[in-house]
Amino acid sequence: MEPLVAHLWIIPALPLAAAAVGAAAPRGARRLAAGSAIAAMLGALAVSCLALRAALADPSAHLVCNFFWFDLGDGAVRLGWLLDPLNALMCVMVSLVGLLIFVFSLGYMADDGHYSRFFCFMSLFASAMLCVVVANSLLLLFIGWELVGLASYLLIGFWFERPAAAAAAKKAFITTRIGDLGFLLGLVWLYDTTGTLLLYDGGNGVLESHALGDLAAQALAFGLAAPTAVSLLVFCGAAGKSGQFPLHVWLPDAMEGPTPVSALIHAATMVAAGVFLVARTFPLFSADAGLAAAPLHALSVVAGIGAVTALLGAAIAVAQNDLKRVLAFSTVSQLGYMMLALGVGAWVAAIFHLLTHAFFKALLFLAAGSVIHAVHHEQDIREIGGLGPRMKVTAATFAVGMMALSGVPFLFSGFWSKEAILHAAADWGPSRLPLYAGLAGVVLTAFYMTRLLCEIFRGPPRSPAAAHARESPAVMTVPLVVLAVGSVALGFLGTPAFPWIQSRLSGAEVPARPLLDGGALMALSIVLVAVGLGAGWALYGRRPRATAAAPDPIAAAAPRLFAFLGARMRLDELYAATVGRLNSLAAVLADVLDRWVWGGAVALLARLGEFTGLVNREVDEAGLNSGFDTFSEDLRRAGRAYSRAQTGEAHGYLRTLALAFVVLALLVLFGGAR
Amino acid sequence: MSALQICLAFSSLLFAVGLAGALARSNSILVLLGIELMLNAANLNLIAFWRFGPHGSAATGVVFVIFAIAVAAAETAVGLALIISIYRHQQSIRLEEATRLKG
Repeated sequence: MEPLVAHLWIIPALPLAAAAVGAAAPRGARRLAAGSAIAAMLGALAVSCLALRAALADPSAHLVCNFFWFDLGDGAVRLGWLLDPLNALMCVMVSLVGLLIFVFSLGYMADDGHYSRFFCFMSLFASAMLCVVVANSLLLLFIGWELVGLASYLLIGFWFERPAAAAAAKKAFITTRIGDLGFLLGLVWLYDTTGTLLLYDGGNGVLESHALGDLAAQALAFGLAAPTAVSLLVFCGAAGKSGQFPLHVWLPDAMEGPTPVSALIHAATMVAAGVFLVARTFPLFSADAGLAAAPLHALSVVAGIGAVTALLGAAIAVAQNDLKRVLAFSTVSQLGYMMLALGVGAWVAAIFHLLTHAFFKALLFLAAGSVIHAVHHEQDIREIGGLGPRMKVTAATFAVGMMALSGVPFLFSGFWSKEAILHAAADWGPSRLPLYAGLAGVVLTAFYMTRLLCEIFRGPPRSPAAAHARESPAVMTVPLVVLAVGSVALGFLGTPAFPWIQSRLSGAEVPARPLLDGGALMALSIVLVAVGLGAGWALYGRRPRATAAAPDPIAAAAPRLFAFLGARMRLDELYAATVGRLNSLAAVLADVLDRWVWGGAVALLARLGEFTGLVNREVDEAGLNSGFDTFSEDLRRAGRAYSRAQTGEAHGYLRTLALAFVVLALLVLFGGAR
Repeated sequence: MSALQICLAFSSLLFAVGLAGALARSNSILVLLGIELMLNAANLNLIAFWRFGPHGSAATGVVFVIFAIAVAAAETAVGLALIISIYRHQQSIRLEEATRLKG
């Protein structure tokens, strides 16, 4: 039997086939669409598990299966599949979380008329992400990457009859496209230098020493070393997809899609793609580390962007009143943590956090979906309230997710992965700022998640819908429970005492340390989490909001700050005033250019054509036609003249005959004819 | 004046009478009569040239004229039939009114 890596294409192909089935199925075939989607995800999960087992047999190896696609000039474009612990773990995570979200959607979308379209797009989304994960070629990865963008566009705009959803879909697509442009440029540069886009190719791939050496040998460009520049271009794409500042603006708006879509985007697929890309191409990003001439290291930029994003997202999340937007900004913030970890060189910690985050963020979104489903699509947390006693399973699982996200110590996975990131940031030489940003983010995260939990589940119900809320059906709560178990259990695979994930990912055995070997930093972060939770409880939990109109405690204390954060730091307005204005200016310029310069040229050409046509017509009419016209007119006139003789009167004819006879006779008599 | 000349003068007179009748009359039958007179004037010429010509013994002139009379009779029959059909069509046999071939 061939090695498993040659069959990795099955993993993305199964959901793709399900998407095809969903697309071809008639609109009423709900069971067929949903069933094929879930069956495909189950199949993908099974193959992913096999792949994980194969990858763990030798964690340090990169198994590849490359194949020829087409000739291009002198070279050939080759694609391939890759199998190592990193992408095997990602595959399992994506297909497992995806599967649970699909099952949840069965209940959540039960009332929607476009059931099969939904499952078709979801399958396409999962398929594209799995393609990104298993690709061993940056080109193939890019193809999957763009398909992820397409599927996210289709799903965010799933309820496209709502203008907000259509606008959000467009925003997501265009914002990520800005990043993708950088990514594509990076790929072109890379191909130009190394002549290949395969990641691993027996020593010749772009992530291996040969190609990286070529790249490092290039001269500086724009004040950057070539590896730095290429890495930063690739990072543009990652920042777009992973919602990093300044391209994070699409992520909160993406909440316009159905909640399972948000869960899929935020947990398993789209935003994970950017972090995965940087982790995947980590050798490229760290290639400039040894270059003495490099004025700027790519990873420093990544760390800086990550730190800014982590802090910014957490701060904005504090002042949001929309249930899903709070979660969206928490995703932005957590992605910032992951980028921060990548930037400080701890890509293993980043992936660990990515995996744990996938579980608890999927959990939080699905629990939020359950809440939204129960209160008839009310998303304003001020209008909900008091759901704790009414929706026990949802409340309990939401609390698990919330504690995992806040990093409540010891029991929850989020604590261990965040701890790993903070330690890596503390060990980073160049700057302490990422560490401080991370620590500040910890307080804010604990605070806003406590606020969210208290607002939704405590206090009196503040609207009729909330008062009549009921627990969701089992098809929705069972995935929640599974994810809650995952959110707790996954942490134990990465504790300092049992660094299973770290060892497998890095390919080298990481020595186990005592469980509480965190020292002062761990104590500090525990204290900070406690501060955040305590402050949240003091402001929102002790005396829960009584009515929907009651002011927020922070808004009462610092109204301008709260309004500033609530308006998302006015970044959207800033973009509208700068980039948007610039764009409309360019549009006006293009319009003028088009209308007067190019349009003028075209009009001139048209006039010229018109003129020659006119000349042609004159020549035709005056020169050619008049000749024929006169001739036929003469002919007609002659006919008319002769026809006058043809009176029809027999006497006339006889007289003419007689006259002619007389003339003939006279001619014969006197004309000399013999 | 020889006998031939008398014959020719007579036939010319006959021809002129026929021609005048054909040209002046507006009754179709009388026009037809005039035409018949002119034809017979020509026949008379044929007979005269035969009778006073060099080969008076052979019966060529008579045969010629008899053929011409037979053909003229057939012509007259056709002409009279035409006149009847014109009469049926427009209740008149006046030649001035029969100006159209269209039925």
